[in-house]
Amino acid sequence: MSAGMLALFVAFGVLIGVLFGFFGMGGSFLVTPALLVMGYPSRVAVGSGLAFVFGTSVIATLKHRDLGQVDYKLGISMIIGTTVGLEVGKEIVLYLEELGLAGNIISVTYVLLLGGIGLFVTYEALKGGNGGGVSHDVDGDADIDADDIPELAKKIQSYSLPPMITLRGGVKVSLWMILLVAFATGLLSGFLGVGGGFIRMPALFYLIGVPVPIAVGTDLFEIMFSGGIGSFLYAQSGGVDLSIVAPLLAGSALGARVGSAATSIVDEDEIKIYFGLMLLLGALAVAVRQAGNYLGMGVLDYVSLALILGSALMVSGAVLYSAVKSIRAPSAAGSSTAD
Amino acid sequence: MFGIETLGGNAQAAALVGVVLVEAMVLYVGYGALTAALGPTVRKAIGGE
Repeated sequence: MSAGMLALFVAFGVLIGVLFGFFGMGGSFLVTPALLVMGYPSRVAVGSGLAFVFGTSVIATLKHRDLGQVDYKLGISMIIGTTVGLEVGKEIVLYLEELGLAGNIISVTYVLLLGGIGLFVTYEALKGGNGGGVSHDVDGDADIDADDIPELAKKIQSYSLPPMITLRGGVKVSLWMILLVAFATGLLSGFLGVGGGFIRMPALFYLIGVPVPIAVGTDLFEIMFSGGIGSFLYAQSGGVDLSIVAPLLAGSALGARVGSAATSIVDEDEIKIYFGLMLLLGALAVAVRQAGNYLGMGVLDYVSLALILGSALMVSGAVLYSAVKSIRAPSAAGSSTAD
Repeated sequence: MFGIETLGGNAQAAALVGVVLVEAMVLYVGYGALTAALGPTVRKAIGGE
């Protein structure tokens, strides 16, 4: 690998790390489409994406292990369902690769998923809601108020299909529902090469009714295992490229420090709309690449890559600009703390 | 990389995951120390103090 590519991966890692550290989600699912756009085979793009997710989640879990945000009983139950889902997702990718359809189908799924989440986050940001990412620095000991449990979660909790397990925060739910949610998110992880956190965390809250702080902490713990297992499964078939993962991780670990430090001095609502736009631009980037493949226009690959890097740069830049502005403002600097 | 390619199947896969795990832990400790050592200086420099 050339020094230029190495620097590109480290720099991209820093951008993703800033996003992950600040929003607590969302950085890693830019990696796989970027690698696909750069011409890596689907297996390498997905496998290396998973290995990157694994490394990033190890760092995040180390940081959060003392905050009491992990429900180990829930986490281990999730791991079982996720492992089965990951294996099925990987088999689907390998099968589609044999048919020569993997790149197209993964890209289309990405467009729909990124676009859908992007629209949701942008909508929530415009109406001033609280969707689209939460800080990981939250109180893990907070109990959930019955009124705060979403209606859908209450309905799912009402299904008394044994064995029932009691989770932190007093939530009682059927093990089968947990396994089902875990399987579905594991399937997406294995298929798309993402940690699945941006789907699993809301699923834990909206479908199972787990308090948000515990959903976040348990999600990180679970991503560590699912990322590790997914990496191992892809590495068996040569899908993990260390020359991609190592520089990305080196950059993202640094970026995550900066991003998480920025959470204490920057108002997340100021940035959320940029985050939503970044997801929409990410979806557009993958769509442009697919159009380029369909029309045989190689130049669209570069347009696509520029959109991915540009959108990540835009949001990371907005976070850093707001952080610097806050530090330089005497009133804000006086009441803030660094990581 | 790191001679991992000389290993076979499962051992190679486990070694790759192990390398990523070790790198993550080293980065966590290393950047943590770096942040503790340089963080206040960088903040002061950005704040124009």
